[in-house]
Amino acid sequence: MRPASILLTAVTGLLWGVMAMVVIGVTLTLITGEVALPQATAAGLAGLLGALVFVWRCSAAGAGGAPAWAYSAVVVFLVLMIASFAAPFTLPLSVVPVWQGLALIVFVAGVTAAIRLCLRDARFGPMSRYEREVIYIRIAKGIGFVVFTIIVALPFYVMVMTSLKSQQALLANPLDLSIDFSQGLSGLTRSYVELFTQFNFGRYLMVSAFVSVATVVLTLLLSVPGAYAVSRLRFPGQALLARSVLLIYMVPAIVLVIPLYAVFSQLGLRNTLTGLLIVYPATTIPVALYMLQGYFRGLPAELEEAGLMDGLSRIGVILKITLPLSLPALASVSLYVFMIAWNEFLFAFMFLDDPDIFTLSRGVVSLNSSEVPRQHLMAGAVIATVPVLVIFLWFERFLVQGLTAGSVKG
Amino acid sequence: MSAQTRQPVSEGPPKGIGPMQRREMWLAYLMLAPTFIIILVIVAGPLLANFWISVKPVQLGDLRPPAVLVNERLRGDPEAAGDSATLEYRLRNSSRDEEIRDVVLKDEVPAGFTVTGLPQGCELTGSALSCTIGTVEPGWRDRLGLEGTVSDVFLAANRPERASEPVVTGDANNVLTNFEFTFENFSRIFSADEFWSVLRVTFYYTIFGTGGALVLGLFAAQLLHTAFPGRGFLRGLFLFPYVSPVIAVAFTWVVLFDPFSGTLNALLTKMGVVSDPINFFGQRAIEFSVFGIPFEFPLALTTVIAFEAWRYFPLSFLFILARMQSINTDMYEAAEMDGATPLQQFWYLSLPQLMGILSVLFLLRFIWTFNKFDDIFLLTGGNAGTRTLTVDVYEQGFALSNLGAGAAVAVVVFVVLVTFATLFIRFSPKEEGL
Repeated sequence: MRPASILLTAVTGLLWGVMAMVVIGVTLTLITGEVALPQATAAGLAGLLGALVFVWRCSAAGAGGAPAWAYSAVVVFLVLMIASFAAPFTLPLSVVPVWQGLALIVFVAGVTAAIRLCLRDARFGPMSRYEREVIYIRIAKGIGFVVFTIIVALPFYVMVMTSLKSQQALLANPLDLSIDFSQGLSGLTRSYVELFTQFNFGRYLMVSAFVSVATVVLTLLLSVPGAYAVSRLRFPGQALLARSVLLIYMVPAIVLVIPLYAVFSQLGLRNTLTGLLIVYPATTIPVALYMLQGYFRGLPAELEEAGLMDGLSRIGVILKITLPLSLPALASVSLYVFMIAWNEFLFAFMFLDDPDIFTLSRGVVSLNSSEVPRQHLMAGAVIATVPVLVIFLWFERFLVQGLTAGSVKG
Repeated sequence: MSAQTRQPVSEGPPKGIGPMQRREMWLAYLMLAPTFIIILVIVAGPLLANFWISVKPVQLGDLRPPAVLVNERLRGDPEAAGDSATLEYRLRNSSRDEEIRDVVLKDEVPAGFTVTGLPQGCELTGSALSCTIGTVEPGWRDRLGLEGTVSDVFLAANRPERASEPVVTGDANNVLTNFEFTFENFSRIFSADEFWSVLRVTFYYTIFGTGGALVLGLFAAQLLHTAFPGRGFLRGLFLFPYVSPVIAVAFTWVVLFDPFSGTLNALLTKMGVVSDPINFFGQRAIEFSVFGIPFEFPLALTTVIAFEAWRYFPLSFLFILARMQSINTDMYEAAEMDGATPLQQFWYLSLPQLMGILSVLFLLRFIWTFNKFDDIFLLTGGNAGTRTLTVDVYEQGFALSNLGAGAAVAVVVFVVLVTFATLFIRFSPKEEGL
């Protein structure tokens, strides 16, 4: 028996008990809309004793009978119920009993599983530094998984759920983020229907799609020859050029806005999509050129030389040999440029005044006023996010390759 | 003849540019030309133009150059063919402080209108009317009447005078292109009290935003380094903040943190963590004291920095993960044999291996965070002590309508950026190839 080992076991259990209770209590609140005050102290105590029992049963292994985690689960459950006076979420058992029961099961299972994963080889006797560090790392990783998943997923969950609510429901209880099926499909999607019918979002969606696709096409048309020249042809200034491409994408857009605004206003390009289609490729070409030239360099030059020997011109080599070989790179560059153009906010905001040619970003900004209810704002955000997320998930492999290969701007 | 004698035969490979290489060179320049031109026009041009605008007293309203506005009307109410009528042009100088020189009005006389009397300075060739008006004063107004008679064709048509728009041309001083310079913009922004606080906020935001994103990214990469079921799903999920449009996630944060109807504040107050809702994006500072020493915690700035770290950790996460997976595992096996503990392995093996990518990421993210405008603008609009230099460009140029001052701030941004870039290029590690 070593006090340090017992302390480690106890702290592990305590941490997981408190963590699980807070997370599950908050989740229960958000799902049901009933304010569940998580009994963190009771849960911490339950986790602590559960962990001690688990390690004690593990060291007494070989005695047969039920596995150690089963004892642990029973102890966690009993201690939690006793210490919280049978109300682990400070809600009477008559309120949302099904959800409470489910939350209780998830709590007991979660804490037991966490204890089992973290303290798998722990014992009360002396442990080496290696063994202790393995446990620290398991705890840190476990907490990391929970925290990261929550901080990433929560805003998106709130975005979607808020967009499905009605104004009254939002004002009545901002904690209630459940889906209220009683209002029917038309009630759930009311914000979306109104955006598309009254706020012209169908048009914004089309404009955004058009602008993004056109930007992709223009960027590829200009950057493919440029990238090929930089990576394959020898000319004075090649090295300088290859390096200065990077510098260009460090120029902040906000610095370009005032002169472009002034000049485009005088030329009558400001409130037009042509203006946007001049500016967008200029901001994406350096990135595209940088990503593509890296890929072209990696292609075997012998193939192209063979093509040249057999009588193809340079243009022929690019069209018939280089481009077919670099389809994956072209795909990731296109997707990446599409994402930049779709998500672009600053220029759309500064240049577009006419609601007929708003892009989605610009359209969502126009919803941000006190006269428009916030479920509309969130529905607009969902409409702007969904296409880009769908594309991202569909082509994730390409994108991840492209992002890391091209060291990408944001 | 003399060239041959001067050059010995066994010189080695030929020097200079041969005809084939020259062809290749021209092809390369040709292929790069479109890219080069568009970058020159949209990036390099505006960068230089900023310096020009920053020394000019130009307001947002000055972007519309002074012009003569014209309004054409038919007077005299003709009812039958042969009635006389007047085509009247009302002219006005749109500017109250600039004169316009060489003003000329051009129009087509509508079909069926026979001109009987021309005002002074006007000429009629066929149906083309041209009136030379000359120099007009600021705030000038005048009318030109074109007398004539109408025919049936004219009467039958619906408002025939609208068939052709009158065109007025003229030269005016344009504040953007004249040679009047001032340093008032710079003296104004440097003497403003808030400028130095803006600069300080910018550096806090940049340093902590970059650091936060890097640390979170490093942590997330450690989590997903080893294989387990559901890893692909989590990796996709962790990239969501980065790939979603800034506008969507920024507004979601605003809704989530709202002091009155936000979920987070409702949770905190209902669960008794705080007594009053916290205005995360609207409160400049929370005051508290430790052992009697008063401190101020910049709340809105911290929230904005948290957003920055949240939105951009996926990028560093991806890079660090990619680098970690390319580290040879032999090294870890050897360390394991030698009895190195997991934390020792991380500290003495992984971190040194990741140092290259970490420093490159730090440099890039530092510059991009410094350049960031959208996030803060959408979250707080630059209020509550979160105004950075980039938001200040917008604030001066567009919110206060002083384009010159905005451009002056943009010049400051650019100068600071160039300083960073030079420092970074000097000290950046070469082996990561970025």
